[in-house]
Amino acid sequence: MGIIKAGKLAFEYIRRDDEGNVEGITRAIDDVDLDIQQGDFIAILGHNGSGKSTLAKHMNAILYPTEGTVWVDGKDTKEEKYLWDIRQNAGMVFQNPDNQIIGQVVEEDVGFGPENMGIPTKEIWERVEESLKAVGMYEFRKHSPNKLSGGQKQRVSIAGVIAMHPKCIILDEPTAMLDPNGRKEVIRAARALNQVEGVTVVLITHYMEEAIYANQIIVMDKGRIEMQGTPKEVFSRVEELKRLRLDVPQVTLLAYELKKAGLPLPDGIITAQELVDALKKQK
Amino acid sequence: MAIIVNHVSYIYEEGTSMAVHALKDINLQIPDGQFIGLIGHTGSGKSTLVQHLNGLIKPTHGELYYNGEDYYSQGFDMKRLRSKVGLVFQYPEHQLFETDVFSDVCFGPKNLGLSKSEIELCAYAALKQVGLEDEYFYQSPFDLSGGQKRRVAIAGVLAMKPDVLILDEPTAGLDPKGRDEILDQIARLRQETGITVILVSHSMEDVAKYVDRIIVMNKGGILFDDTPKQVFRSYRKLEEVGLAAPQVTYIMHEINNKVFPVDTDVTTLEEAKSEILNALRK
Repeated sequence: MGIIKAGKLAFEYIRRDDEGNVEGITRAIDDVDLDIQQGDFIAILGHNGSGKSTLAKHMNAILYPTEGTVWVDGKDTKEEKYLWDIRQNAGMVFQNPDNQIIGQVVEEDVGFGPENMGIPTKEIWERVEESLKAVGMYEFRKHSPNKLSGGQKQRVSIAGVIAMHPKCIILDEPTAMLDPNGRKEVIRAARALNQVEGVTVVLITHYMEEAIYANQIIVMDKGRIEMQGTPKEVFSRVEELKRLRLDVPQVTLLAYELKKAGLPLPDGIITAQELVDALKKQK
Repeated sequence: MAIIVNHVSYIYEEGTSMAVHALKDINLQIPDGQFIGLIGHTGSGKSTLVQHLNGLIKPTHGELYYNGEDYYSQGFDMKRLRSKVGLVFQYPEHQLFETDVFSDVCFGPKNLGLSKSEIELCAYAALKQVGLEDEYFYQSPFDLSGGQKRRVAIAGVLAMKPDVLILDEPTAGLDPKGRDEILDQIARLRQETGITVILVSHSMEDVAKYVDRIIVMNKGGILFDDTPKQVFRSYRKLEEVGLAAPQVTYIMHEINNKVFPVDTDVTTLEEAKSEILNALRK
């Protein structure tokens, strides 16, 4: 069994009117099976309202399944006794950097998680140091978080999660509010965690070019998994993705357009280097 | 000539130890009908600047003129300015509050003291301009999708019939299709009405695709003010200030260096496509 596994997962919420009468039921997640292995880098794509965030919130027991089961590191998220284990093993980073930071000083903020876990003080400081180094924010440890840029704040949020030594980190649109540099910094930090520390990364994003680093992409629509595969496989299906209100990286789209214009290029070009190599053969 | 920004500086908390020099001697001319992209890293002064343009912040030094009138001269009608220079904030859907979509859009024109029928005409026209179908007009704005809510919020500003529309990251958090829909709608609106649009954005690809002039802010000053082609030609400098060129520009550089000579000033996908096809035909 993988680090995160979902079996026949469904989640429904009840819509109510102003008086509290039931108006209807929305099935936000509909029969999802999922098996994420330790060390994976998974990207989840899907239009607004497709169920991505609802799915992510099941991965650290913020939401519980209406039907089916989610296991985090083998533990059923519905079992209350596992709640803290699960939250520690699967940490979450949200979209807005300004409402996840609580400390007055960067290093205090990062120490908040391990402190709540009852870790001895000496070890907390060790963890704070290694976490800040892992996201490249160690030199800012004495700074006030509100003087940092958006990308820096998000990296502090990530450090706060990894100080709890999770096996898995779930990033729910961590770059939506950031400038180009901030986006790059955050994605670089997430990749380093995955490759160097072996932490499982689940990245939810609307930026297609961020998904090319994943080893597996999951595309959601209407609460179901609509596509699943490597970036190459998924981004080869340009028309289908557009129908699902999504897109492909610009280089993929360029290659696709050139192919439509008659150039014999392969499908699923996802980096500039691949396009360069393919064009060399055209000369 | 719609707006002139003349030697404007702004200092937050002036005279305290917390003083921050957010704008430094800004000079700008914003003529009627332009589609302008305003870019810059977080904290570069973009939002402070746009808040000056519709009179929400008064400059510490310098002047602003709207059609030749000084914003802070005696008798200047600030309320009228705010309806003429419409500002759509980030995540504007958080500001929706009425029980139905139509009433929410009526709120702006109602405050301008128009008659009921005029108010409703303005609101109806604005909702049409953002492409919202009639069936949603009497629904609660909170039951709409993210993209629809955002369009209702933009309609709320358009209902005041602005001459200048400023949008602070109108596509943040939307899916790719939602991004395209909103920006296409704004581009169409501009073509049909000749309205001036200022788009604050973190997406270099969007800016390259839509605008005809880019203003780049850095540390409270203006670093570049030129056409997209000219601005993105200095992509190394842009990278130094936390920005970038559109992905396609980098791709063209790679192709130019490693495969065959192509024009590296390309900033949009369509240009890249025809440039590569042309190069291959040679």
